[in-house]
Amino acid sequence: MNSFMAVFKRELKGYFATPVAYVFLVIFLFFSGYLAFKEGFYEMRQADMGAFFKNLPLLFVFMVPSTAMRLWSEERKVGSIELLLTLPITITQAVLGKFFAAWLFLGIALALTFPMVITVSYLGDPDVGLIITGYLGSLLMAGGFLAIGCFFSALSKNQVVSFVLSVVACAVLVFAGMPSTLNYLSTFLPAGLVSAIEGMSFQTHFESIQKGLLWFGDLSYFVLLIVGWIAACTIVLDERKAR
Amino acid sequence: MIEVKELRRRFGPVVAVDGISFNVEKGEVLGLLGPNGAGKTTAMRILACFLKPDSGTASVCGHDILTDPTAVKRSLGYLAENVPAYSEMTVGGFLNFVCDAREIRGRARKQALDRVVPACSIESVYHQTIDTLSKGYKRRVGLAQALIHDPKVLILDEPTDGLDPNQKHDVRKLINKMAKDKCIIISTHILEEVEAVCTRTIIIAKGRVLVDSTPKDLKEKHQCSLNSVFRKITTTKTVKSAKSA
Repeated sequence: MNSFMAVFKRELKGYFATPVAYVFLVIFLFFSGYLAFKEGFYEMRQADMGAFFKNLPLLFVFMVPSTAMRLWSEERKVGSIELLLTLPITITQAVLGKFFAAWLFLGIALALTFPMVITVSYLGDPDVGLIITGYLGSLLMAGGFLAIGCFFSALSKNQVVSFVLSVVACAVLVFAGMPSTLNYLSTFLPAGLVSAIEGMSFQTHFESIQKGLLWFGDLSYFVLLIVGWIAACTIVLDERKAR
Repeated sequence: MIEVKELRRRFGPVVAVDGISFNVEKGEVLGLLGPNGAGKTTAMRILACFLKPDSGTASVCGHDILTDPTAVKRSLGYLAENVPAYSEMTVGGFLNFVCDAREIRGRARKQALDRVVPACSIESVYHQTIDTLSKGYKRRVGLAQALIHDPKVLILDEPTDGLDPNQKHDVRKLINKMAKDKCIIISTHILEEVEAVCTRTIIIAKGRVLVDSTPKDLKEKHQCSLNSVFRKITTTKTVKSAKSA
């Protein structure tokens, strides 16, 4: 537990010790606001955050891999992984420590969008439950993307390669659930397969949580996804750490 | 305190370590010698539980590297070859992180830092980021990191590489001072270093132990300087083994 906390603390401090955190936060806050207003945040004349949450998956496809790419690529390139793993820290503790630090960082980024909540509450009488589940869904989605990014970061020493690979992987998982993709697929794939693809997509589960419904299936989708990719990350890292 | 049994490790077609066995006791300073690519670093990485051996095993302070790596890591201090550290951290921040990971807290931490920082003479750079340090200072920070928990076993991969003559002298003095109650393995290809600090030397080439002796005995046996002994042993034996293969 203590080794986990040591890695966690160091990693979180690491974000703020370099310009990474500030660049990320500014860009993220700008675009999350911009996309919400472009979607018609005011014009809709509804006191909810739908316009804000709607475009988050697209933004996350780029933003989350950019936080995840340094997690292990840099560590392997500089060689500091040799230091880290010869301290009394197991690979699992190190992977989890880094993952949760990055997740908390994304949580901070999400929390900093609070002016949207204030605006909505000031202008109308929004459904608080809906806002909470919206944020919960966003946080879970960020965790899912992060786990994928973490895996690809362990795969390559080159940050650019791991960034591109994780953007592609995340984009596939988002776009697989878009209505246009599903319509196209249903022209030549059997219905069962199409709904299986739909069930594997981020989009489907994110939308469902965003509607204010907390299904066990949606929650377990994200949990399984995170656990699976993190486990894969651990295995790959153990295999490749010295190369 | 260190027992190495038939360690073997290959990387693809290359056999890096080919059945190495030796024991090191408390009070010994073992110098691992060998040409580049002899398998010194791989052997040390296996002992530090960074790499797993393909076969064979080793134990450090009675803990097996395969079954109880965390206990092994706790009982040894390891300085890796290229002195990895987190470049964006300050020296102080970095040493505190190592203390966190090694669960050294409160007064014990203060004592550890008070002991290790002057010993490695890094007081003047304590608040600097590691990025900005010279190679020599980085190495001393690495050494401080390896000594911070006062380990019984020290594994130092080329500890004086990149240091100026004065710093080399200081590090050797530090090693000699600690030698009595620790078990130390250093790897180097600076042969004067072996004479200055090691009580025993093992020469390896192509992953095998060629000689296990003391620097003094080696010189007496071959009647020449350690440099010539090293050249004689590593060149003739590798030629022989190449011919027999």
